[in-house]
Amino acid sequence: MTFSLAELMICAASRVFDEDGEVLATGIGLLPRLAASLAMSTTNPDLMMTDSQSFMLSKPNPVSGLTDHSTQACENWMGFSRIFDNVWSGARHALVGPSQIDRFGQTNISALGGTYAAPKVQLLGVRGFPGNSIYHANSFFVPQHSRRVFVEGECDVVCSIGYNPARLPRGYSFEDIDIRQVITNLCVIDFSGPEYRPRVVSLHPGVALDEVRDNTGFDVSVGDALPLPETAVPTTEQLAIISQLDPNNLRSKQLKGDPPGLRLPEGEST
Amino acid sequence: MNKLVSAQDALSVIQDGMTVGIGGWGPRRKPMALVRALLRSDVRDLTIVAYGGADVGLLCASEKVKRVVFAFVSLDFMPLEPAFRRAREQGAIEVTEIDEGMLLLGLRAAAWGCPFIPTAIGLGTDVIRNAPHIQQVDSPYDDREWVAMPALNLDVALVHATRADASGVCEIASPDHYMDDWFVRAAAHSIVSVDEVVESDYFQNPEVARKVFWERNCTQFVVHQPGGAHPSSSDPLYGFDVAHFKRYAELIGEGGYEAWAGAFLGSDEFAYQQSVGGLDAIQALPLPVY
Repeated sequence: MTFSLAELMICAASRVFDEDGEVLATGIGLLPRLAASLAMSTTNPDLMMTDSQSFMLSKPNPVSGLTDHSTQACENWMGFSRIFDNVWSGARHALVGPSQIDRFGQTNISALGGTYAAPKVQLLGVRGFPGNSIYHANSFFVPQHSRRVFVEGECDVVCSIGYNPARLPRGYSFEDIDIRQVITNLCVIDFSGPEYRPRVVSLHPGVALDEVRDNTGFDVSVGDALPLPETAVPTTEQLAIISQLDPNNLRSKQLKGDPPGLRLPEGEST
Repeated sequence: MNKLVSAQDALSVIQDGMTVGIGGWGPRRKPMALVRALLRSDVRDLTIVAYGGADVGLLCASEKVKRVVFAFVSLDFMPLEPAFRRAREQGAIEVTEIDEGMLLLGLRAAAWGCPFIPTAIGLGTDVIRNAPHIQQVDSPYDDREWVAMPALNLDVALVHATRADASGVCEIASPDHYMDDWFVRAAAHSIVSVDEVVESDYFQNPEVARKVFWERNCTQFVVHQPGGAHPSSSDPLYGFDVAHFKRYAELIGEGGYEAWAGAFLGSDEFAYQQSVGGLDAIQALPLPVY
């Protein structure tokens, strides 16, 4: 059975929703949306999901090949103002792709470099990250694991709260902050290390821990489980459902070169 | 009361230095004809509050803006709004960068006459470091700190609805009215552009009346402008104009605001619509699929 790295990452990312029960799953971007849709179609049918516009759906829409919204499985109106009613209730788990992540799990999508008055590079703005991070669970999706994303110091603009003692609000503890997992093209990371520090949970097939460390701007712990477990590979059933959710195979265009999920041995080429 | 007026007459309430809220969301249901009328005016030093798209980009590029209160400025399919990005990176505008939900709370506080609404949003982030006027407060009921999101009082709100009657009853037939009701309620004056003007008995149908999200006394002016949301969408009547947004981004990149204005702004809305292919072409733009 062959599968792509994108499909491996979709399956790994879908698992972040397994134990969530009845919460709104929001995957921003094509691969995160596929991950949430796969979870709702397999391991957690109680998840809730929107059409990325204004309705909640009882069954996820495909991410490609949809020609109009008239036949989708609407459950209820879910306009953007009502999304915030859900966010502030805490019953949501977002899977999003920040531009920077630091050792505290703080993230940045706002701007790079320069100053607040004149950033070197304007990105999206903080969007809903500050509120999402203090009110509900968040996981992160990183298509290109590098030191540009996993920065050495703090993020240039801290858009979401993390496990940073210097920024912990009065009356809060780290238990109030719920960062689940970071799924990258190399591994899965969580924040279950000592004092909520980042820890490698699993390495993707053929990836060495040194490669993760070389591409991460901060230390990652590995816990007691050496050698580290390998990230589970997709099952036939998962791949079939992913194909149904993405009939036009847009997932193959998300990672540069659409690499295979199982790395070829050193020296062999496709 | 007949509230139907021209865009110019309605916009005469906007003075230099005012705070103007703009409804819609990114590339969707923006009152762009009103924005273009503002671009043709002499008004300046505005503070703009918006879930921003090309409305914010154009106003920044035309140097009418002192400050933007924003959580994002985006065209969605084009994540970074080109003119806003340029203005930001040049340090040409002051900003208050807040979370999307904080913006909603600020509008609600203004609508309800509260000085602030307490929230946890912003705690632990640079939002509260970069906007020191947004204070943290103690709660009388628990031992936590709370962010006191201040009221975003608007002098004027600009929104685009699907239909209205002359008395200011406005229907938004799109699947989402976004935060437009809160923009209108937060404002001293609201100007609503609409694609269609209808007789008042249009609203006798309860299904239609359910698509009216604020009372007519919140609407001061109605501007009849078919196609007035272009190049943003006015679902279900027309989608946003991807080709025009791409051309807009090219022109802003090549020659800034003057290049875009020279090619498209025109002396009035009729001239603008002719420059983008005419009203029929606008009304034929397909709705986006997500």
